[in-house]
Amino acid sequence: MDKAAIIGVGMTSIEGNKVRDTFADMAWEAVNKALDDAGMNINDIDNVITTSNDFWDGRTISCMAVGDASGAAHKNVSCVEGDGTFGAFYGLTRALSGSYGTTLVTAHTKGSQSVSSLITNAAFDPIYERSLGMDMISACAMQANAYMNRTGITSEQLALVSVKNHGNAKKNPLSQMPLDITVNDVLKSEMISDPLHKLDCSPVSDACCAIIIANEERAAKHKGKPVWIKGVSFCSDAFFFGDRDLSRAPALEQAAKKAYAMAGIKNPMKEIDTAEVYDAFTYQELMWLEGLGLCADGESGRLLEKGEFAIDGRLPVNASGGLLSGHPVIAAGLIRIAEIVKQLRGEAGKYQTKNPKTGVAHGVNGLCGQSHCVWVLGKDK
Amino acid sequence: MGTKDNAVLDQGFDGIEPMVFESQISVPYSWWAGDTATYFLKGLRDEKKIRALKCTSCGKTYIPPRKTCPVCFVPNTEWKDLSGTGTVQSFTIARRQLAAISKKVPVIYALIKLDGADTAMLHYIEGISPEKMKIGMKVQAEFAEDRKGTIQDIAFFKPVKEV
Repeated sequence: MDKAAIIGVGMTSIEGNKVRDTFADMAWEAVNKALDDAGMNINDIDNVITTSNDFWDGRTISCMAVGDASGAAHKNVSCVEGDGTFGAFYGLTRALSGSYGTTLVTAHTKGSQSVSSLITNAAFDPIYERSLGMDMISACAMQANAYMNRTGITSEQLALVSVKNHGNAKKNPLSQMPLDITVNDVLKSEMISDPLHKLDCSPVSDACCAIIIANEERAAKHKGKPVWIKGVSFCSDAFFFGDRDLSRAPALEQAAKKAYAMAGIKNPMKEIDTAEVYDAFTYQELMWLEGLGLCADGESGRLLEKGEFAIDGRLPVNASGGLLSGHPVIAAGLIRIAEIVKQLRGEAGKYQTKNPKTGVAHGVNGLCGQSHCVWVLGKDK
Repeated sequence: MGTKDNAVLDQGFDGIEPMVFESQISVPYSWWAGDTATYFLKGLRDEKKIRALKCTSCGKTYIPPRKTCPVCFVPNTEWKDLSGTGTVQSFTIARRQLAAISKKVPVIYALIKLDGADTAMLHYIEGISPEKMKIGMKVQAEFAEDRKGTIQDIAFFKPVKEV
C-alpha cells in the first residue's frame, strides 16, 4: 500500500443527551476541530465521506444531511452506512486513488433521540426473526454466554473491564461516564439480560468525530503531526447468528491477520503498544482482544486481573475509557482511531500511555460483531 | 437576523429552554417472503413441519432455510424435514422489559441447533425456570394452536424430559 497518514482529528464531547446540538451542529464542531488540528482550512479538503445510519438519525439519506456542516459543498461527497472505521476505510482508498490528496471523514450519532431496542431489533431478519423481539442487548448477552461457556471467563472478570474503563474515563475530559466503581457494584447492578448487568453495557450517547486522511505528499505539506496508516483490513461473518459460532470471532481474526501482515507485524502481542477496541459490552473487550491476537484465546480475563490492560500495564486497552464510558454508535470506531492518533502523538493528557509507537484501533458493524475493521497506526513512517 | 436575536446568541443560550420536536418513523412495509420462506412458513402452518434446505455442494443443511448457500455460492436445492428436537447452543434471559420485547419478561431467548441441521435458529424457550437453563440442553418445538404462517407458529421450544 502507498503511504497515507491521519493528519488531523477532532471530536465533540460524548454526552448522554446533547440537547442543544443537532447532528449538523456536532459535525460542524468536530470538523472544525479536525481542521484546526491539521492546520488546514476547508479548501485544503479534496473530498468528504460522512458516516451515518438512517434509523439512528430518524431520516432517510441521513448521510447527505450533514454535508453542509462538513464543508462538502462543491466537493465530491460520499457516504458509508455503518461504523466510522468503515467510513474511514473508504476515505483512505479515496486518498490513495490518485484523485484526491486529502479526505475528511465524519461519523455522528445521537442515540439520545431514539430507542435503541427498537432500532437494533430492526436489524434482525424481518421474516424469520424480528417478531421474537430480540435486540442488540439480548443478542450480545447470548454471545457473552456462549463465549463464557467456551472459555471459562467469569462474570467477575467481565465486571473488572467495566471498573477499569469507567476508571480510565475519569482522566478523559470528553468522556460521558467517569465512575468510581467496584466489581461488586457491577455485579449488583440491574441484570438486564443474563449474563449482562447494567454496568456491563455501554450507555446511550451523542457525539461526532472527524478525521483527515492524507496521502504521503499532502501529509508533508501541513503542520499537523502525521500518524501513519500501517495496515488496515475488514472482514465479515455470516448474517444469521445460527450460521456462526457466536463464541468466536473468525472475521476479526482474519481482519487482524491481514492488517498486521500489511503493517509488517509478526508478533502483535509484542509489537502493539496500545489498543482501543469496541467495548460496547464488557465481554467484548476481552473477546475482541483475543480475536485481535493481542492475547491467547481464553487468557484475556486472567491478564486483565494481572493489570496488563491498565493504562500503565503491558498493553493499555481503552485508556480513553472506551465505549463503556460513552457509546455514540456510528462514531464509536472513528473515535477509537482518533484516540490512538492522540496516544501516538503523545497528546492523550492524563490517560497518555507510555511512549507508544504502534497502536491498534478497532471498529464493529452488525449484531454481535458480524464484521470487524482493524487499523494499525504508527508513529513512524 | 435582528439585533435582538444576536443578543440572545451572545448570551450563550443561558437560561433558554431547548426545544424538542417529537416525531416518529412510521412507514407501512410489506415483505414478500420469497418462495423459499413461503414454503417453510406454509410447512409450519399447515403441517407442523420444520423444513430445512440442504446445499448439495458442501452438504450443509440450513435453517432458517434460504435459497442459496452462503459458503458455496450455489442454490440450495434439497428440502429436508427436521424432527423438531434440538440442542441449546446459547441463550439469554431478558429481564428488563426493553421496547422490542412483546412478551412479558423474563423471556428466554435461545439459539437452537435442530437435529439434522448444521445451523441454529433463534426462538423462545418456555416450560423451564430461567435458573435451570443450560447450554447443551435438549429441547423440542411446541407448535401454536392458532397458526398464521409466521415464525411464531412454533410457539416456543421446551425442554425434552430426561428419560
